[in-house]
Amino acid sequence: MNKALWIAKTGLDAQQTRMSVISNNLANVNTTGFKKGRAVFQDLIYQTVRQAGAQSAQNTELPSGLMLGTGVRTVATEKMFTQGNMTETGNALDAAIEGRGFFQILTPDGNLAYTRDGSFQLNSEGALVTSGGLEVQPGIVLPEGTQSITIAEDGTVSAQVAGNVGPLEVGALELADFVNPAGLQAIGQNLFIETQASGAPQTGNPGLDGRGSLIQGFLESSNVNTVEELVNMIETQRAYETNSKAISTADQMLQYVNNNLGR
Amino acid sequence: MDRMLYLAMSGAKETALAQARNSQNLANASTTGFKASLDAFSSRPVSGPGYDTRTYAMTEDMQVDFSPGPLQATGRDLDVAVNGAGWIAVQAADGTEAYTRAGDLRVDSVGQLTTGTGLPVLGDGGPIAVPPFETLEIGSDGTISIRPLGQEANALAQVDRIKLVNPDPAELVRGEDGLIRHALMQEQPADAQVSLVGGMLEASNVNTVEAMVKMIDLARHFEMQVKMMKTAEDNDAASASLLRMS
Repeated sequence: MNKALWIAKTGLDAQQTRMSVISNNLANVNTTGFKKGRAVFQDLIYQTVRQAGAQSAQNTELPSGLMLGTGVRTVATEKMFTQGNMTETGNALDAAIEGRGFFQILTPDGNLAYTRDGSFQLNSEGALVTSGGLEVQPGIVLPEGTQSITIAEDGTVSAQVAGNVGPLEVGALELADFVNPAGLQAIGQNLFIETQASGAPQTGNPGLDGRGSLIQGFLESSNVNTVEELVNMIETQRAYETNSKAISTADQMLQYVNNNLGR
Repeated sequence: MDRMLYLAMSGAKETALAQARNSQNLANASTTGFKASLDAFSSRPVSGPGYDTRTYAMTEDMQVDFSPGPLQATGRDLDVAVNGAGWIAVQAADGTEAYTRAGDLRVDSVGQLTTGTGLPVLGDGGPIAVPPFETLEIGSDGTISIRPLGQEANALAQVDRIKLVNPDPAELVRGEDGLIRHALMQEQPADAQVSLVGGMLEASNVNTVEAMVKMIDLARHFEMQVKMMKTAEDNDAASASLLRMS
């Protein structure tokens, strides 16, 4: 069948994917710790229809050949791990990471997941959990009668318990860092999991070995730039339109053949 | 047999191929660093005894359109665009040196600097390995400097320099994998004149308006060829009816 039809179809597919990525970014413009995505495109392989330099006669050769591309494909949708804005919440259980690193979260299947969303809460046993109810690792349990809680820059969590004079150190938050954070797989719920591409996590105290430090009472907002996404959306829509135009043109060409040459 | 029919048929076939190339350009209207394919039709006369009455048309690649695409600011440290003429050298899947203008770079899990499509970027001596870093800066001449993990801000380390080349565009061809190579497969020397801009990406240089107009042009041209085929058929039918007895 007509090559143009299928090439334009790959173009439509790619723009559709890009539109989904943009919509997802826009939908998460207010999600704490969200990292925007970006679709990466690549031109598909080329087919050599006529080889350049081939003999067109015994003494002459074709000056240039004919190579036809087969369209475009989406290679990856990569996450952009740039720092989001810090917004002050005043909530003692909120912590933002200033710099590299992720909080470690224990998922129900027993594996670790990673997040930059530091809007923590307490469960019925006094353990520090995410807003989704998953426990933070290493586990931090606040004793009964806790009046106030302090999260230090280096991750140390201390609680002021009723009846005690000084604050009580109840544990320390650790951060995990990756060689290639863009290789992490997003699994939803603001969580990422380790992959072959991300490398193994290097865990340790915040503020050491390049890991970021913690700021209590702040949250990291989404790093989506709405203006940028809206401009991308316009561009995507126009590219989608031109590709659908290419399909209808290829269709009309075939239709014309059918109408005029058919018996 | 009537040769007019075959002339028109080859014209229609070649126009359909040109339309496919045009669609390829349109499909890659948002591929980072993509360079449009230019095309041309050439005439292939068929010589034989008597007059040369038949000249077939053949579509062929002129060359790749090497004009620069618009730069888009992304703000990402590892996004670079070539400012003006020049290419970023990468290692293609078959191990040869190839060139690209797509500068959406990344560091993979083993610390190798690759393009967005996963091809290793070449430095002064082969692929570039980047030690764990806190911040990474790519200078305008391709020099990569990093602040190693856990180091002070004054402990910047220079890692390598991205190989930037600027061969004569006339000697460059596009391979089947879409990468640009030297026509004779020779490795090109690094050129200090080529400069990069950080935090930017070069968008595709496809002019969608031009491609749309070309699409209409090619579609009408195709219809004209089909019309010629129809005319050949009509001529045939007319002569057949003239010769019909009774």
